Amino acid sequence: MSVFGNIGKYITESQVWGSVFRHGIPRDRRTRAMAVLSNVFLHLHPVAVRKSGIRLSFTWCMGGLTFFLFLAETITGVLLMFYYRPVVEYAYGDIISLRSHVTLGLLREIHRWGAHAMVIAIWLHMLRVFLTGSYKPPREFNWGVGVILLVLTLLLSFTGYLLPWDQLAIWAITVGSNMARATPFLGHEGPGAQLLMIGDVPLMHAGSDARFLLLAGTSVGPNALLRFYVLHCIFIPLVVLVLIAVHFWRIRKDGGISGPL
Amino acid sequence: MMFDMLASGGGAPSTGLSAMIKDVLNASSVPEIFVPIMTVLTIVLLLTYRTWTKPKIAAGLALLFVAFYMWSATDPNFLKIIVKPDNVPITIMLVATALVTWVAFRQAAINDQRLERGEPLIESGADDKVLVWPDLVYTELICLVLCSVVLVVWAILLKAPLEPPANPTNIPNPSKAPWYFLGLQELLVYFDPWIAGVLLPTFIVIGLLALPYLDKNPLGNGYYTFKQRKFVIWMYMFGWVVLWIVLIVLGTFLRGPNWNIFGPYEAWDPHRPAALLNINVSDVFWVVLPEKTGLWKPGLPTEGIGPIPAFIIREAPGLVLLGGYFFVLPVVLASTIFRKIYRDIGFIRYVIFWTIMSWMFIVPVKMVLRWLFNLKYFVSITEWFLNI
Repeated sequence: MSVFGNIGKYITESQVWGSVFRHGIPRDRRTRAMAVLSNVFLHLHPVAVRKSGIRLSFTWCMGGLTFFLFLAETITGVLLMFYYRPVVEYAYGDIISLRSHVTLGLLREIHRWGAHAMVIAIWLHMLRVFLTGSYKPPREFNWGVGVILLVLTLLLSFTGYLLPWDQLAIWAITVGSNMARATPFLGHEGPGAQLLMIGDVPLMHAGSDARFLLLAGTSVGPNALLRFYVLHCIFIPLVVLVLIAVHFWRIRKDGGISGPL
Repeated sequence: MMFDMLASGGGAPSTGLSAMIKDVLNASSVPEIFVPIMTVLTIVLLLTYRTWTKPKIAAGLALLFVAFYMWSATDPNFLKIIVKPDNVPITIMLVATALVTWVAFRQAAINDQRLERGEPLIESGADDKVLVWPDLVYTELICLVLCSVVLVVWAILLKAPLEPPANPTNIPNPSKAPWYFLGLQELLVYFDPWIAGVLLPTFIVIGLLALPYLDKNPLGNGYYTFKQRKFVIWMYMFGWVVLWIVLIVLGTFLRGPNWNIFGPYEAWDPHRPAALLNINVSDVFWVVLPEKTGLWKPGLPTEGIGPIPAFIIREAPGLVLLGGYFFVLPVVLASTIFRKIYRDIGFIRYVIFWTIMSWMFIVPVKMVLRWLFNLKYFVSITEWFLNI
C-alpha cells in the first residue's frame, strides 16, 4: 500500500501533474470550487447551485442528455464519415459495408438511435422548461434560442434520414420536401406563386422554387444527396454548436437553473 | 429476429373476450373516434391531475398500459407495427412522455396544495446552495453513463433499418415521412400541403418563440404548478398531446396503404377501397342548400359581377366563414371570455395571440367538420392554388 501511496504521491507532486491540475484533490470547499473554476469544460457550471434546482425530478436531466446525445452523434458521425461517400453510386453500398465489414459495427446503430433519442430528449426538455415556467423573464430570449435549437435538431435528423439512400430514405425525404413545393409565393405550386410573373414568364417554376433550393433538383437525386450530406455534417452542426454556446452562456447570465423567485 | 418468431408463432387465440376487445379497438382507430377519445382522455387527465398523480394510482395506470401493450404484442399485426425499427422510438417516446408528465403533474399537485395552505414550495429554500463538484457533476456523470449504456444496448439489440436501394420509379405504399413529422403528414388529410407542411409548422415555431412575450402571468416562474397557470398549460398540453403526439401515433401506427386507417390488430390490406367524396363550402351553399330548401337556383356561379371575378363570388360563403373566424371571433372573444386576457396583454399581443390560436384551433375545427359533414375546403380557389 505504501508503495502505491508513494507512487501516487510521486505522480501528483510531479511538475506534469501540477501543470494540468492547478488544485489538490477536490476534498474541501476551496479545492472543489477550484475543480470547477479551473476546468474549461466544468466552468460552464457555476461553483454552487440551488439544491432544489439540480434534483432529477426538477430537470429530468433532459437538457444535459440532449447535449450529451449531440456529442455522441458528433463522435459517431465523424467516424461514420470515414466509411461513407455521399455519391449515389456508393452510398448504399457503403452502408451495407458498415454492417458487414466494420469491426464492432454498431456505429450506424448508435448514430441512428441516438438521433431518435435526441429528438425525444429535446422535446421533453422543452416540456420541462414549459411546465416549470422557466421561459418567463428573464429567460425569454434563451427559450427562443432553445426553440431554434429544437427546429435545427429536427432538421439534422431529417437531413440524415436521406443518407443511407434506401427506399425508406428517398421516399421519406420526397414526402417531406414536397411540402416546400407548396410554400406560399416561394413554391411553384404554392398560393401566390402565379402572381410572381415577369410578363408571361413565371418566376416560380419547378426549377427555381423553394424545393429546388432544398434538393438542388426537381426530385430527390444525386444533388440532393450531396446537399443533405453537407447540411447534415457541416452546416447545421456548426450553427447548432454556436447556438448551444449561446444557450449555455445565457443560462448562466440569466441566473442559472430556474427556481422560485 | 426474435420479434419475427414471436410475430409468426405466438398469435393470440382470437376467441371470446380477446377478439371482442380487438374488434372494438380496431373500430375505434378511425380518426373520428380515436382523436376525440384521446382529446377527452387528455382533458380528463388534466382535470383530475390531483388524483391520478398519486403514486399508487399512477402505478396502477402504468401497469394497465404495460399490460395492454404486452397483451397487444401477442397479436402479430400489432407486433409487426411496433417492432418496426423506426417505430421503436415512438414507444420509447410515449413511455418517456407519460413518465415525465406524471413527475411534473405530481409536483404541480403537491405545490398547488401547499400554495393553498400557504406552505413553502417543493423548490423553495433559496439559501441552501450546494457545490457543483460533487453534487451536480456526479449526477451528470451518472446520467451520461446510463445514457451511454442504454444507447449501446439499444444498438446491439436493434439493427438500424435498411430497405432495398433507392428506386425513384418504385413508390412504396404508404410513403411516410420520418415519424417525428407524421403529425404534420396526418394533417395532409385535412389541409393542402401549403397549410399542413408550411404554414402550420411556421406558426408552431412562431408561437413557441412568442410564448414568453405573450404569457404575462408573473406566477409559476421556476416551479411546478398547474393552478397558477391554468390557461397556458391547457393550451400547451392540448397542442403537444392531442395535436402532436396523438397524430404521430395515428400516422405511424394506424395509417396503412393508400393512407387508409387500419386498426392495430388488422393486417395492412392494400386493396381496401378508398374513402368517400368530400365537398366544399361553395358546393354546400350554391348546390346542396338550394336543392334542399329551394331558396335560390342551384348551381355554382360562373360569371363575375363587375370587377369581381366569378370564383370570388363562388367562394364568398367560405370567405365569410373564414373572415368571421379569423377577424370577428377574436373581437367577440376579447369582449367576453378572453376579456381578462385582452386586458392583461393588450392589443398587439392579443393579435399575435389570436393568430397563433386561430391556426392551432382550425385543425380540430376542420377535423370535426370533415368527420360530420365531409367538408373538403372552406375556400377553394384552385386558380391560385389557394385551398383552405
